[in-house]
Amino acid sequence: MEELIAILNDLHPEVDFATEKNLVVGGILDSFDIVSLISEINEEFDVTISAAELTPENFDSAESIYALIKEKLDDED
Amino acid sequence: MLFTSYEFLGFLLAVFVIYYLLPGKAQWPFLLLASYVFYFIADPRYLIFIALTSVTTFYGAKIISDKKESFAGWFADHKKEMEKEERKAAKAKEHKGEKKIFLAILLLNLGILAVTKYTNFTIANINSLISAFGNAEGLSFVNLVIPMGISFYTFQSMGYLIDVYNGKFPAQKNLFKFALFVSFFPQLVQGPISRYADLSQTLFEEHRANFKTISFGLERILWGFFKKLVIADRILVPVKAIIADPGSYNGFYAFAGAMFYALELYCDFTGGIDITIGVAETMGIKVTENFIRPYFSKNIKEYWNRWHITMGTWFTDYIFYPISASQFMMKVSKKSRALLGNNIGKRVPVYLSSFIVWFTTGIWHGASWNFIVWGLGNFVVIMISQELDPFYRWFHSKVNVAGTTGWKAFQIIRTVLIMSSLRMFDCYRDVPLTFKMFASIFADFRLSQLNLQAFIDMGITAQDYLVVFVGLIILFAVSMIQRSGSVREKIYGLAALPQFVIYYSLFMITIIFGAYGIGFEASQFIYNQF
Repeated sequence: MEELIAILNDLHPEVDFATEKNLVVGGILDSFDIVSLISEINEEFDVTISAAELTPENFDSAESIYALIKEKLDDED
Repeated sequence: MLFTSYEFLGFLLAVFVIYYLLPGKAQWPFLLLASYVFYFIADPRYLIFIALTSVTTFYGAKIISDKKESFAGWFADHKKEMEKEERKAAKAKEHKGEKKIFLAILLLNLGILAVTKYTNFTIANINSLISAFGNAEGLSFVNLVIPMGISFYTFQSMGYLIDVYNGKFPAQKNLFKFALFVSFFPQLVQGPISRYADLSQTLFEEHRANFKTISFGLERILWGFFKKLVIADRILVPVKAIIADPGSYNGFYAFAGAMFYALELYCDFTGGIDITIGVAETMGIKVTENFIRPYFSKNIKEYWNRWHITMGTWFTDYIFYPISASQFMMKVSKKSRALLGNNIGKRVPVYLSSFIVWFTTGIWHGASWNFIVWGLGNFVVIMISQELDPFYRWFHSKVNVAGTTGWKAFQIIRTVLIMSSLRMFDCYRDVPLTFKMFASIFADFRLSQLNLQAFIDMGITAQDYLVVFVGLIILFAVSMIQRSGSVREKIYGLAALPQFVIYYSLFMITIIFGAYGIGFEASQFIYNQF
């Protein structure tokens, strides 16, 4: 989770990612941010997120993004 | 059948009356019939194309959906008996089967779109290559039917197919319901590009006549007619004059032309969409909004989130994301980071995907180079503004202007000016000429061009300019009120008399100042051609 928060902070230093729950719906993360994010996640966690998973539900909070990463990691075990 | 024609109004009235006289269960089948009649009147040949897209997409999605369902059942039953590798292999095999069907239907429909819209463009480019090598004989153009609204309904159908393929929802089981989703007549000619998940919620439901819904719908239609007939079609006359004679109308005139076009396009396109949404609303059907006061945007990115929204989200969800999340792009990302360092390298996949999206957006608007350059112009502006972000952060840390009215006004005017400059490609339809005319705004500007008579010579009177100006003020005022919620709801909250006065005035203004009569002819909506 810490690595993820670090990636997010790098994108938007002004946002408190530990509490913010409307990252996509609230317009904080735009499509460019999301694409940068999934390529960073791919680098850091070595998981591939597909286009179909790029939904507001999956990306609205650091928690939901982390849940998606975790699900992918578990799936590969 | 133009939205602004008497035929359309007659057609609409007939559809509306029959719709509410019919029993609820017959309403959506009747809408399908009405939509096909609407399309048939435009050109009977069009029906073959839309029917083909509807049938192939329906069955393709249905097969994929059925396969998914039976696989999920089988997998749940056998999951425990299998090793991890076997489970993976079973999933991969299933996915491969679905993908074959998906790609076949996708390529077929995009192929139809490409052949009908882009064959002559391709021939023209081949010919210019041939002539560049000194050969005078070129290929001859083919006379193809371009079905009305093909870009819109193809995108709408393909969005549905992709969603079903991605397992977002199960496929529609009724072919005729799906055919209505593809052909629903109010949005057939110029969008919005609806999503199945949204439109299907109200499209197939039974609707009983409701005074508020019907009057809100009619008010929206009236507002659309006001924008189109009073403003767009009036200011269209000088726009056409300026574009037609770039030799005389250079300098300030070219600038005025770009600004007039910004107003015309806004009133034309949003007016058309108001009519679409209003017509659907009178029948209790909710169509997605396509604009949120785009000319109040602070930057180009925001503008594209507020202008032609359904097209923007379509390109983001179905082109930008799939490309940028693809295995190929992940590899590009890794390589570019290794080669160029983390900071620059990580931008490569985003910009590359964005480039492809804007190229496609350009060519979607029309099979010609001016649209492609327009699309790429948007890409360049977005990229520059993205790269300037650190500068703006630094600037705002030094100069405390953010949030002030002056700064906001500056941002809004800047956005309008940039967008209007880019749209000159759309006006002049010729890439070198557009660059020339843009330069001429600065190079050929003369004070003598600030001359009312010259503008009157473009074909409309001083009174017409006054009507446009007053119309613009009404538009601005309505947009300002809209910021705190629905204007119609606010008017609805007033007493009966002021309500009546407002709508009666709007109706009379549209009738009296609607630009028909001598010298005017209600023109084709700009977006009908896309």
